Amino acid sequence: MTEKMEKTTIAASKPAAGEAGRTGDWRSQTPVIDQEKCSQKDSCLLCWLYCPDGLITREFPLEIDLEYCKGCGICAEECPRKAIEMVEGRTPGSAGKKE
Amino acid sequence: MDNVRIITANTAAALAAALCRVQVIAAYPITPQTPVTEELAEMVEKGELQAEYLTVESEHSAMASVVAASQVGARVFTATSANGLLYMHEMLHWAAGSRVPVVMACVNRGVGAPWTILNDQQDSISQRDTGWIQLYCRNSQEVLDSIIQAFRVAEQSLLPVMVCYDGFVLSHASTPVEVPSQEDVDRFLPALSTGVGISEGEFMNLNPLILSEPREDSGGHLRPGYMDLRYRLQEDLLGALETIQIADREFESIFGRGWGGVVWEYRMDDAEHALVSMGSLASEATLAADEMRKEGLRTGVVGVRAYRPFPSDELAKALSNVGTVTVFEKDVSYGYTGALAADLKAAMFDNGLRPKIHSYVAGLGGRDVRPEQLAKAAMEVVTGTPERGWIDVHG
Repeated sequence: MTEKMEKTTIAASKPAAGEAGRTGDWRSQTPVIDQEKCSQKDSCLLCWLYCPDGLITREFPLEIDLEYCKGCGICAEECPRKAIEMVEGRTPGSAGKKE
Repeated sequence: MDNVRIITANTAAALAAALCRVQVIAAYPITPQTPVTEELAEMVEKGELQAEYLTVESEHSAMASVVAASQVGARVFTATSANGLLYMHEMLHWAAGSRVPVVMACVNRGVGAPWTILNDQQDSISQRDTGWIQLYCRNSQEVLDSIIQAFRVAEQSLLPVMVCYDGFVLSHASTPVEVPSQEDVDRFLPALSTGVGISEGEFMNLNPLILSEPREDSGGHLRPGYMDLRYRLQEDLLGALETIQIADREFESIFGRGWGGVVWEYRMDDAEHALVSMGSLASEATLAADEMRKEGLRTGVVGVRAYRPFPSDELAKALSNVGTVTVFEKDVSYGYTGALAADLKAAMFDNGLRPKIHSYVAGLGGRDVRPEQLAKAAMEVVTGTPERGWIDVHG
């Protein structure tokens, strides 16, 4: 452990999924997409644009990578069609359950 | 002595940066540093210096710019004074924490309020704990030479270096300075090889959020926590004491003059009393020591060239045989005593030395200090208990 770290002088990391750890663990609310309300058109994609972690696909139907989604709710806030709902819990339906 | 020119310390600093072939300069003008920025801008404008000169809107941006340029492998330079330096404060921590070899000239000036443009060292002393190496110069030749040395020290230790010299006393006073040849400087300072930072095809997040505990990154490598990186900064700063000394010795072997490394001595061989100071005031203290010797007091001077990292052991060695130590400094750690005196007392205590140490604050905001005033103050320390810790102060 220390042998590897001795070479480290500057703080740096590779831009890669999971570089900051499995941030999906942080989530207390989970976004759920209602695909029928979603525009299904690439002229929108506001959720994809605003997601601070770049976890939403560009292809329809849209998917969110819950492994790293922190549950910040920005996508739900920005969606003009209210197609994304933040539901309590780390996974939909897990509110109040021990995880 | 091939190429001696009559120049100010500001011109010496600008020439030194050019001789080091700096590639990016970002600076914001402030008295008394302004001529450094003007002369470098002129060199770039005329095409004499192949560098990018960034005109920025503030000192904070000047430091941010040179940190960024350094991270992509450029040799960078900036200069500032007083409140400009204070405005950089956040980015000074950022530079040291990023481990970039930035070199900066600090033309020492008193800090407002009340407003002053004249000299003391409160500005750079107030940046003591940012993780920068600080070198203090006695004269314009040392300014030129120290900036050349600073690039080598910075690039070897991956630490930023502040070369400090007194505003107006040195920055605007013309004295003979030997300007070395480009060939000799190139021999001493090889081109900067990009060992750190980002480069094309090698994408990195620099200074990402660092958690408290070490953890594995996505590639399976263990990454240090915040505290581990800060420990490395401290260890490397302490190790830089030797890097500074080696750089000075190798400089001497090429250019024929050295500056004592981290600590220099004047007439200390048989001294019973020592005067300790930094910068041009230390140079002036040599005249006070001569004066005291005429009075039969065997006195010498120990000059602190490297203030951070602090040369505790070297100072203890230089002061191991004296009965009194009189510290003169152009700064105060407000609410306690002079910063140098406090650090020196700690170094003596750690080394089991108990000379009588007295601290004098002098020359704040450009108030003139004469050698006879220093001698008189030091003789009060030798003969009895001095009344006051400030020289030539009214009120």
